[in-house]
Amino acid sequence: MSALLTVEHLSMRFGGLLAIDDLCFAADERRITAIIGPNGAGKTTVFNCLTGFYRPDVGRLTLHRPQGPLYLERLDGYRIAQAGVARTFQNIRLFPAMSVLENLIVAQHNVLMRASGYSVAGLFGAARFRRAEAEAIEFARSWLERVDLVERADSPAGSLPYGAQRRLEIARAMCTRPRLLCLDEPAAGLNPRESAELTALLRSVRDREGIGVLLIEHDMSVVMGISDHIIVLDYGKKIADGTPEQVRHDPNVIRAYLGEAEHEALPAEIAADLRRDDRPT
Amino acid sequence: MVANPNTAPRIDIAALLKDAALTAAVAFALALPLIGFRTVDDPAGLGIETRFDWVATGVGAVFLGRLLLSWLFALRGQRPAVGSGWLAHARAQLDPHMKWIALAGMLFAFLLPFLPFSSRYTIDIATTVLIYVMLGWGLNVVVGLAGLLDLGYVAFYAVGAYSYALLAVTFNLSFWECLPLAGLFAAFFGILLGFPVLRLRGDYLAIVTLGFGEMIRIILLNWVPVTRGPDGVSGIPRPSFFGLPFTANPPEGVTAFHEFFGIAYAGSHRVTFLYFLILLLALITNLFTLRIRRLPVGRAWEALREDEIACRALGINPTNTKLTAFAIGAMFGGFAGAFFATRQGFISPESFTFIESATILAIVVLGGMGSQIGVVIAAVLLILLPELGRELAEFRMLLFGAAMVLIMAWRPRGLLAHREPSMRLHSRNHRGES
Repeated sequence: MSALLTVEHLSMRFGGLLAIDDLCFAADERRITAIIGPNGAGKTTVFNCLTGFYRPDVGRLTLHRPQGPLYLERLDGYRIAQAGVARTFQNIRLFPAMSVLENLIVAQHNVLMRASGYSVAGLFGAARFRRAEAEAIEFARSWLERVDLVERADSPAGSLPYGAQRRLEIARAMCTRPRLLCLDEPAAGLNPRESAELTALLRSVRDREGIGVLLIEHDMSVVMGISDHIIVLDYGKKIADGTPEQVRHDPNVIRAYLGEAEHEALPAEIAADLRRDDRPT
Repeated sequence: MVANPNTAPRIDIAALLKDAALTAAVAFALALPLIGFRTVDDPAGLGIETRFDWVATGVGAVFLGRLLLSWLFALRGQRPAVGSGWLAHARAQLDPHMKWIALAGMLFAFLLPFLPFSSRYTIDIATTVLIYVMLGWGLNVVVGLAGLLDLGYVAFYAVGAYSYALLAVTFNLSFWECLPLAGLFAAFFGILLGFPVLRLRGDYLAIVTLGFGEMIRIILLNWVPVTRGPDGVSGIPRPSFFGLPFTANPPEGVTAFHEFFGIAYAGSHRVTFLYFLILLLALITNLFTLRIRRLPVGRAWEALREDEIACRALGINPTNTKLTAFAIGAMFGGFAGAFFATRQGFISPESFTFIESATILAIVVLGGMGSQIGVVIAAVLLILLPELGRELAEFRMLLFGAAMVLIMAWRPRGLLAHREPSMRLHSRNHRGES
């Protein structure tokens, strides 16, 4: 099990707020790594640093590839995506007026752009481009089958129901053929059945594609069910790191989620409820 | 659109009157200075004439009109549903036949000069309409596809026109040699504009492009040694038919068009030739845009319009994508400018004012952003209507404004706002279609 991504001493400051404080962790190939933590713990900030939307103040983000390491903190967002880090967004960002199929074809932009001879050969309908386009459509179709959206392929992406949009966004990220898939709260707003389907999809991504998955999630049933490795953040600091079982019983984690003093002061039945729920407040 | 009987509207007369009175008050405030007073030439100098009877008529009309309108709305129980109704219905009916409508339109365009009713005047207007169609199609790349609101498109039109005029007058280059150069220069200016505005979107982009358009015009006006300033460039060579000029008395050793074909000289030959030239240029623009929309770069433009952040997360370089959109849009503006220069034979900065940019943008927006046929319809409406309304003199712009307001009320997303995907997985009538 080799590390796919290592994060070393990552810090990010917004004015007086230290959003991430000296964070170190690693995400592996063929494993699902989850980052959890209460609201405002800095989870999405980690993602934004990883995918080039923020430039971190301090730290080294290394993507390990067969052809050598790549330091992400120096790269523009689109270059990071080209290097194989795909992401989805907490508030879904599809191309709503474009069709579902087009969304998946746009994700294969760089492959198609090269095949179209940077549009010159494509303008004249070169056979090479037509072949590449047919392959891209086939690849998109295979993903549409996996997320069960073949029927809606030609509808505008914005017209899909919420859960389908979530699935489409994951399919679109996968169409960039990433080495690391970063998902920002993929289960937010899904009903239990959809959450279960999502879990199955993420497992299949891990096992069939063999890529690393990095996950931010609030839904503990999803996180505990599929994560191989969990990192817990609180106020930008890592407070726990380990398997779901280890994290679940870590006193620091319980304190961060439930609070110490308040927790004791709560009526017994509510405190018990909170524990059973295992949900962040 | 039937009002629900359970919630049958009670018409509140007092409220209606109040609303109408308020509207009339606004009309009065506007009309008093605009219509109420008029400056007249007096033997003693400048005099003022008052027209309070006009103001009264206008305000009265607004009051009654507003009352009638809101009363009708109240009767129907609701404001008119926007975007629905017969137009949308007609659109749905026409949709599968769009290809044939486009073909018929093209056939009509090709035959126009030979139709019995067409005169030199008709062909002239049709040429003007086609210039705007071409400009609209060019701007559609930037605004409709890439979603970059460009209020200074006329700058590229000007660059193209001046490139051709100056190259032709100074270096004696022919139209066909200059055309690609004009496009190239305009594309270069497109990239030049593109760089500083890479990070801007929406209103902010509109302001900067507006400024850019004015800058180009003011440079043309003031850089006298090169552009000849406000005097403009005159004596721009007219285009020739593959080397055969359209002149009655060609210079020694040159065969004119009518001599070569052994027909009598007629002034309409050149007009007709110019018409076909712009038709060809416009069709090339259209073909190019339709094709490029199906290429990765075209889809990247649309994706950029939809969500730039998602584009970056998918590995699309937003800088290159935006710059190609600016460059290609500008290139077609440049081609159209070169054509404009050779058609007019004279250009000056006067021809490239902001109103031109606004008209072109209005064509794109009214037509329905991204719709090629919509642009044609809007161009015909916007250029032809004021032309037909010439007899109405000063009321022509008023009618024009009213037409714009009506279209925006009816079809806020443009006449043909429907977007056809650039590729399909299933055939058209698949049931999965929503």
